Amino acid sequence: MSETPSQTVGPFLSIGLPWPDGPFVVLDADPGGFWVRGIVTDGAGDPVPDALVETWQADPQGRFDHPDDPRGAVSGFRGFGRCPTDDTGRYAIRTLKPGPVPGPGGAPQAPHIDVSVLARGLLHRVVTRIYFADEPDANAADPVLLTVPPDRRATLLAARDDEGYRFDIRLQGEQETVFFDV
Amino acid sequence: MSGDTRLKLPGYQRDDGATHPPLLSPGYKSTVLRAPSQAPILLPHTLTEITGPLLGAGRVTAADADLTKHPDGEATGQRIIVHGQVRDSDGRPVPDTLVELWQANAGGRYLHKWDQHDTPLDPYFTGVGRALTDSTGRYRFVTIKPGAYPWGNHYNAWRPAHIHFSLFGRAFTQRLVTQMYFPDDPLFAYDPVYNSVPEAARSRLISRFDLTNTVEAWALAFEFDIVLRGREQTPMESLT
Repeated sequence: MSETPSQTVGPFLSIGLPWPDGPFVVLDADPGGFWVRGIVTDGAGDPVPDALVETWQADPQGRFDHPDDPRGAVSGFRGFGRCPTDDTGRYAIRTLKPGPVPGPGGAPQAPHIDVSVLARGLLHRVVTRIYFADEPDANAADPVLLTVPPDRRATLLAARDDEGYRFDIRLQGEQETVFFDV
Repeated sequence: MSGDTRLKLPGYQRDDGATHPPLLSPGYKSTVLRAPSQAPILLPHTLTEITGPLLGAGRVTAADADLTKHPDGEATGQRIIVHGQVRDSDGRPVPDTLVELWQANAGGRYLHKWDQHDTPLDPYFTGVGRALTDSTGRYRFVTIKPGAYPWGNHYNAWRPAHIHFSLFGRAFTQRLVTQMYFPDDPLFAYDPVYNSVPEAARSRLISRFDLTNTVEAWALAFEFDIVLRGREQTPMESLT
């Protein structure tokens, strides 16, 4: 069967897609939680106020609540976050650092969060990954990061700040975020 | 991880290049500054990609699938039933998956602060719907046929009437957001969003008038089947 083509979310995605609890992969009170915050910008460096950032990740033990994980599903962690950007292009997701997940060939991947960005002007989602700048050893051995040109890897690293981590998404142009073909 | 020695993963098919629009489609002006300029890097389908959020239970009530009913009144416009089946490209139904929908009202106006189209809002229509597919992948909404609306892309630009759909499937690889159109819309020829899709794939975005499911003296029906990306046919990747 032939796949249904993608279309843009358009400028009015915030009618249908945000949830009140969307940004909260974990509750504010959950121990170990932090904010991942950032700004989405376009090729002119201007903020994108009509984007949606979605995240998907393993729990702190590197497990998923999903039947297709051959190690078995582990329930209790939603793993999913979604946050529309505000009028200044900013988003925020409250979550935990994921544990290591096996990658191709079984070697562990560095802690990472899969990200989808949807927006007016994006005819299909773009996909990136958040890695953590404070995991230098794991990052240096990560099989996906190693496929990224060294001078572009920094665009995938979330840097520690007061409330958690900072991860900006530059759709186009200087310091353009690395996007993946999934 | 545990001591598992042979973890087989169900990989998913890759984009065939003939289905989805190119990100840079200059006729749709907003793509020009938003489409990434660098080619995407191939991401292997690891556990993070072949799993995904299985959401909806506890988030959706039956009332969420009827957009025409409001606590204080009923929405204005042509009442329609929009239904269909969600499958993957191997033909497998996708059961229990969340379908999210949003749309303009009958006059072609969205309930959004940025939409200043000079036509009234409908106090009884929010334009938001949610449903879960059943055990055979089927969904059904009752709503109002949305109007076409003007947008600023170029002189006298009108979007054909459409309903936005959002689907998760069962894996991160399957995420899809699209738009459903109505048959025989004269605006198709002029719409850069619709025409951004490779020509051979465009008709998959058009719903089918469905006389059988029309309810006499109450509502017309349109059928819109949605096909998500399927599994790889070739041997699956091994973790070991």
